[in-house]
Amino acid sequence: MDFYPKVYLYRRIVKAKLFIDDNYADAIELDHIADEAFFSKFHFIRLFKKTYGKTPHQYLTCVRIEKSKLLLKEEIPVSGVCYAVGFDSVSSFTGLFKRMVGQTPSAYQQGCISKKLEIETAPLKHIPNCFAEMNGWTKKSNFQEV
Amino acid sequence: MITRLNHVSIFVLNQDSAYDFYVNKLGFKVHTDAPMGPGARWLTVTPPEQPDLEIALMAISEGMMFTKESAGAMRNLVAGGTFGFGVFECNDLLATYEELKAKGVEFTKAPTQEFYGFEALFKDDSGNWFSLGQKGK
Repeated sequence: MDFYPKVYLYRRIVKAKLFIDDNYADAIELDHIADEAFFSKFHFIRLFKKTYGKTPHQYLTCVRIEKSKLLLKEEIPVSGVCYAVGFDSVSSFTGLFKRMVGQTPSAYQQGCISKKLEIETAPLKHIPNCFAEMNGWTKKSNFQEV
Repeated sequence: MITRLNHVSIFVLNQDSAYDFYVNKLGFKVHTDAPMGPGARWLTVTPPEQPDLEIALMAISEGMMFTKESAGAMRNLVAGGTFGFGVFECNDLLATYEELKAKGVEFTKAPTQEFYGFEALFKDDSGNWFSLGQKGK
């Protein structure tokens, strides 16, 4: 339903964003994304940035870093994560990750592993006591599934 | 003096389905996902740009804070969209609306300029409804 002006522009920009979301692990070329959205390269970059506050390339990098955080939580080695999200150099991935996240992929992964272990062994540390008491969780000693 | 809100709850009919909705469709991030014994789970998510506000996706289960009767009543209220609401914000409502629609989110009101702002309404997978507004518009 075209109830607002230039709906077709929004749909094409959104389509391009979703294309990045689905294909971030591949070697995506900006021209390819612009083609997907049926825009000229420069018009596409301008509209994308106006909509999302980032250029398509910046957005692709953000998606890759966010996906890499999820894989690091799964305890996949840093080099494996690097290639799985579409980067082709571990050193550039590490540098980019540190700049955007504030710590190296290895340090981030260690933090995630520690938190996961703490949630498994002492989950109440991560739950406001009022919620835990209301649910009777503070009376239990073992929260593992049987 | 109260300074911040850091936890809030949304009651959901199914936590697995709610996880998929809030994480994979809305793009929220999982903060804590802790099994709390058979049939119980503490699951919180955060809006992408608000990492210190944990939204607890609370199951409506008999035996915890609910009796069988109150759990049934609560499930009906949530499914009917008559229990609570929330207001989310985005940077570009038209783009967000198109994206969420493409992901299968059910909108009950398309983006509309109202006297109080530019908003759309959508429901989560349980029936809870939310307003989605655009910052500064």
